Amino acid sequence: MADPAPIQAVPTSYILGVDIGGTFTDLLLVREADGAIFTAKVPSTPADPSVAVLTGIDRITEHHGIPRERIRTVMHGTTVATNAVLTRSGVRVGLLTTKGFRDVLHIGRSFVPGNLGAWVTWQRPSPLVPLSSVVEVNERILADGTVDRPLDEAALRLDIHRLGDERIEALTISFLNAYVDGRHERLAREIAHEELPGIQVSISSEVAPEMYEYERTVTTVVNSYVGPIVKSYVDNLQSLLSRQIPSVNLRILRSDGGLASGEAAAAAPVNHLMSGPAGGVTGAIWVAKQTGFPDFLTFDMGGTSTDVALVQGYEARTRRETAVHEVIVRAPSLDVKSVGAGGGSIAFVPALTEALRVGPRSAGAVPGPAAYCKGGTEPTVTDANIVLGYLPADVRLGGELEVDVALAEQALEKIAGPLGLTVREAAEGVIDIVNENMFGALRLVSVEQGYDPRDFALMAFGGAGPLHANALGALLQSWPVVIPPGPGVLCAYGDATTRLRNESSRSFVRRFGDTTAAEIRAVLAPLAADAAAGLEEGAAATVSYQADVRYCGQGLVMPIDLSTADLQGDIPALLRERFDRTHEQLFVFALDSEAELVNVRATAEAGGLDLASRPLPAGDGSPAAAELDRRRIFHHGTEHEATLYDRARLRAGDRVEGPAIITEMDTTSLILPGHHGLVERHGSILIYPNDMPAEA
Amino acid sequence: MGARIIETAAGPYTRVPVSVVVTDIIESSLRNARTEMDAVIFRTAMSPGIREQHDAFPIIANAAGLMVVGQFGSFIHGFLAAYDGTVEDGDVFLTNDPYSCNGAISHLNDWLVLMPIFHEGRLAAWSAMFAHMTDTGGRVPGSLPTDAQQIFEEGIQIPIVKIMRGNELVDDVLKICLRNTRVPEWNRADLMAQIAAVKLAERRIHELSRRFGPDLLYSAMEILLERNLNAFRKVIREVVPETPVSFEDHIDDDGMGNGPFKIACTMWREGDRAIFDFAGTDPQSSSSVNFYLQPEQFKMIFGAYTSKLFDPDIVFNDGYYELLDVRIPEGCLLRPRRPAALSCRTHLLCRMFDLVSGLLGQGKPEAMCGAGWSASPHLMYSGFDGKGDWFQLYQIGFGGLPARPVGDGVDGHSLWPSFMNIPTEYLEAYFPLVIRHTRVIADSGGPGLHRGGNGISIAYEFRQAGDISIHDDRWITHPWGVNGGKAAGRSRRRLDRAAGTSELVPSKCDRVHVEPGDILYFDTWGGGGWGDPVQRPAELVSADAKVGLITREGALRYGVVLGESLEPDLAATAALRRELVANAGPPSSFDFGGDIEDLLTRCEAETGLPAPRRPPTPGRMSHAPVT
Repeated sequence: MADPAPIQAVPTSYILGVDIGGTFTDLLLVREADGAIFTAKVPSTPADPSVAVLTGIDRITEHHGIPRERIRTVMHGTTVATNAVLTRSGVRVGLLTTKGFRDVLHIGRSFVPGNLGAWVTWQRPSPLVPLSSVVEVNERILADGTVDRPLDEAALRLDIHRLGDERIEALTISFLNAYVDGRHERLAREIAHEELPGIQVSISSEVAPEMYEYERTVTTVVNSYVGPIVKSYVDNLQSLLSRQIPSVNLRILRSDGGLASGEAAAAAPVNHLMSGPAGGVTGAIWVAKQTGFPDFLTFDMGGTSTDVALVQGYEARTRRETAVHEVIVRAPSLDVKSVGAGGGSIAFVPALTEALRVGPRSAGAVPGPAAYCKGGTEPTVTDANIVLGYLPADVRLGGELEVDVALAEQALEKIAGPLGLTVREAAEGVIDIVNENMFGALRLVSVEQGYDPRDFALMAFGGAGPLHANALGALLQSWPVVIPPGPGVLCAYGDATTRLRNESSRSFVRRFGDTTAAEIRAVLAPLAADAAAGLEEGAAATVSYQADVRYCGQGLVMPIDLSTADLQGDIPALLRERFDRTHEQLFVFALDSEAELVNVRATAEAGGLDLASRPLPAGDGSPAAAELDRRRIFHHGTEHEATLYDRARLRAGDRVEGPAIITEMDTTSLILPGHHGLVERHGSILIYPNDMPAEA
Repeated sequence: MGARIIETAAGPYTRVPVSVVVTDIIESSLRNARTEMDAVIFRTAMSPGIREQHDAFPIIANAAGLMVVGQFGSFIHGFLAAYDGTVEDGDVFLTNDPYSCNGAISHLNDWLVLMPIFHEGRLAAWSAMFAHMTDTGGRVPGSLPTDAQQIFEEGIQIPIVKIMRGNELVDDVLKICLRNTRVPEWNRADLMAQIAAVKLAERRIHELSRRFGPDLLYSAMEILLERNLNAFRKVIREVVPETPVSFEDHIDDDGMGNGPFKIACTMWREGDRAIFDFAGTDPQSSSSVNFYLQPEQFKMIFGAYTSKLFDPDIVFNDGYYELLDVRIPEGCLLRPRRPAALSCRTHLLCRMFDLVSGLLGQGKPEAMCGAGWSASPHLMYSGFDGKGDWFQLYQIGFGGLPARPVGDGVDGHSLWPSFMNIPTEYLEAYFPLVIRHTRVIADSGGPGLHRGGNGISIAYEFRQAGDISIHDDRWITHPWGVNGGKAAGRSRRRLDRAAGTSELVPSKCDRVHVEPGDILYFDTWGGGGWGDPVQRPAELVSADAKVGLITREGALRYGVVLGESLEPDLAATAALRRELVANAGPPSSFDFGGDIEDLLTRCEAETGLPAPRRPPTPGRMSHAPVT
């Protein structure tokens, strides 16, 4: 997509979205007056990610002649917290537990993943806090909130110094039943501040005030584990930005797709663990609003993993937990499912079963796919795409990469031989299997939640998404497949277009028969005030509510939404009716048993951006002007001739017949035989099967 | 006699060629469907045993009844042989009676829901799910009476019946079942959750049939079974020697003063086939510790272990069953005659895993793990709360995982797949309990180059008068160590009365009355050690001591002398280790912590509880089977 020319005469402010990926940092500058968009892509600087941000700002502002001080807000999805957890590079955390429960993390839920016998080879990840850094505190509050044993302050003052000797950098306090009453945690925090000054303290009754001691403790520990890292990152970025742009506001994207101030992010970093994927989903929502598809599945395929989510009515589903690899915490996140399938996933044939497997092992950026000439020798999904002609070897990827088809073929020989297939057949097998794995993830968020994927469009982005999207659309029967403009920088769109959000929640265990609408209203009012107070001052907030409901004695909790208007009605009856309906949709049955409330929460959101949109110039319906060349591709066992197009030269209304390959700076889109793409007026490409009437 | 399958469309499925890729796609779809079945039941069930601890297991089988995905193997052929009636589209079957389904399930608490899946009039597959109900009636809360002599005392016996017919719930059957349990709300929700899970599998099979065509789906399932058959042919040749090898182990007692009970097995190979002969196993017990072992279940146990040891990637199903020949003498502990009581079979079931490990280990010692399947210790606590409402807890405990070739055993984790502990906060919110501690027990893991996992101690303070039941084992015999590793610590239970007295609680008991303020200390066993402990690096021993996983005294069993700050004293350690090596007996594959006669002799002195009597002679229980 061509960058629009700046309008010098109009003094206007800009919003900057920044997404820091493993390889590239994407920047997207939005001019608030007319929605004009300027993008830049610079190499990431993992040692200090803010360096790339500043380089990018320089590049984008200089290149387009935009005065830096016009940037009013920087919105940012960050993977700093995610990476600290993934690479186990967080800070040393100390943990205070109730006496008798120092093993709360060591024992966990006693769970060994896998089938019968899996314990024989299971390697348990070590807890984030070693036992040597756990101190038991003589205190006890019971499940009904009564103090069974007051906190022994004198003993705590002595014992806590052992943590000082362990050189901890952050402290978690998590006491039994603190979800009911956090007074002992707050007292212990005061003591910790006095005895270990300068140590960041997180207490479970504030970070995750929900029942289940292990889950609450892990959540609070993760908050501590990434806390100082996120804080110094945010502080550093804020001060670097402020030096260049004195009045700039820094906002960090939360895992649930809302935005938080830099300060709020540093205080509760556990809410930002999945900030990265949330950017993609919110960016997709922004594109969907322009193109008019309220219900869609997102399909974000990168080098090592694929993230998928379901969006209905422009709202992504959220869930009450966030998972980063094997670390699962109780913090809200967009319901994004991740599978270890990406362009770098390695294909292999296990000797005993002679099956074809793809992933989850990945060649990563180094050594990378065999074809990339960086020393990789194992066959990857990207190699299969190259052999099949889907990724044209002579079109430079991101302008940098060298591609060698012969190396890809050599690598695929490794599996073709044992399977008795030709190299191209093996390559198709690899693509089919990896597509199936991703199809499984998309089913998890759709079919398994009671949604029919045929009612949804499929929005593809990420480096490899547009290459596989047509095939996934066919498996799911989700049409159209939408390839947004700039699929490689969609996360940055998300960063630039979301709203400030804050949430306040508490445990509230009540049978429906034991509570009233008035009592629920009384509980929700302070939560709403609390949530709204967490936003910027002056930000007009809309508040929404949620209650977790289940049948008494059931293990699940199902979040049920309540609007402000609902609060005036018979809340218990409304909740019960919605809960039964959802339960039946998900599980085929509802019960006439008594139901109960478990947790309640209020979410405050500031007013959002209403960006103007800038349509693409209309063409004459023919993409001929964008045609670059022709290519042989291999699909379903036969050769086809595909047309190669330059996306930047496509115009609104163009109809691209498959098979076609559409290239742009960092992404390649594939339209399969029997399908066609329509260029929509905002620049998205909508792929439909030819035997289905288009609805453009 | 036998099931009559009513198909409305004619013709068998045709075997058609299937590419590797499509087979793998169908395999992963079936695997996903099974995972979905788990998700549905765990989320919607109500009893803590299922919703928190996950005591429920699904399978999907082909039309012939062979498990294609799942675990704990298929039991459908047992059902087909035993059921006398029609099997029609829209039927869902329910049973909990081991004797009427050839041991498909092994005690009355396990309710089995089984569903034929028809596609366009033809039987295409089966789905099933069994789940442990907290209560199924009978003489004690929890339905696991230690002193039962006949199955009639253990709760309602549901023969194979249709709980749904034409996709409609058969209400009258449900009413009879629920009337016979102490917690009908839980059983109703749990059963509905099971039905929802098997119905979900039906939807997935229908989708696959439509997507790939029924012949192709049929053929792919055949291929998946054949993959296992071919893989296990290689595995069996590698792990089962032609020369017979034997192993025996015990459960300690039956809770009625009798014990220990021996199970013995001899294994050898004839060509491709492996034979497992349980001759030498003690006769059936006069109380409820019998384990009605279906040969297919044993095949599954064997498969699960060998596949993990030799190729973790193998996808596991029933395809290899024809390669195994399992011989269980009629009237022994593992094949008791009706109406023998069966409720407390958990001890023998767990011991079966140790037995398989010890048996296979002799063919391939370096791949062997220590012992650790004590039992799945149960605590039941029931009574009326302050409001006069009935409460009833069924909780499964965990010990230490055995030490393994890949490293130490994990402390306080579950050997059972998918099981989890019940959070303390949940227990305290829903039951009149205060948990005073949950902590690992130092030194309970067997010493070794790789340390066995430590057991767990939980202190339960009761806040309401009520009754408790306990089912546990390995209080006389130790979880054994292997390849030079040592035996682990045993289980024990102590009840400190609010009144100031203290008593030891036997490993199996019912209706022990508790008063508010009484505290039960329930300590589980550790996992056996692996490899010679004097070879464990002294710094690892020191590190465990510093965090309280072993004590200073415990370190001496590794030949490690710890100084003031628990750092190893290198000179003293070297000297002690020399001494231990010099005094060591001849090398042995197993350390049982003493032979069975020794253990019985020392029993009262070491455990504080009297040794059980040797079980009565077999003659007493030999009668014709009652059907």
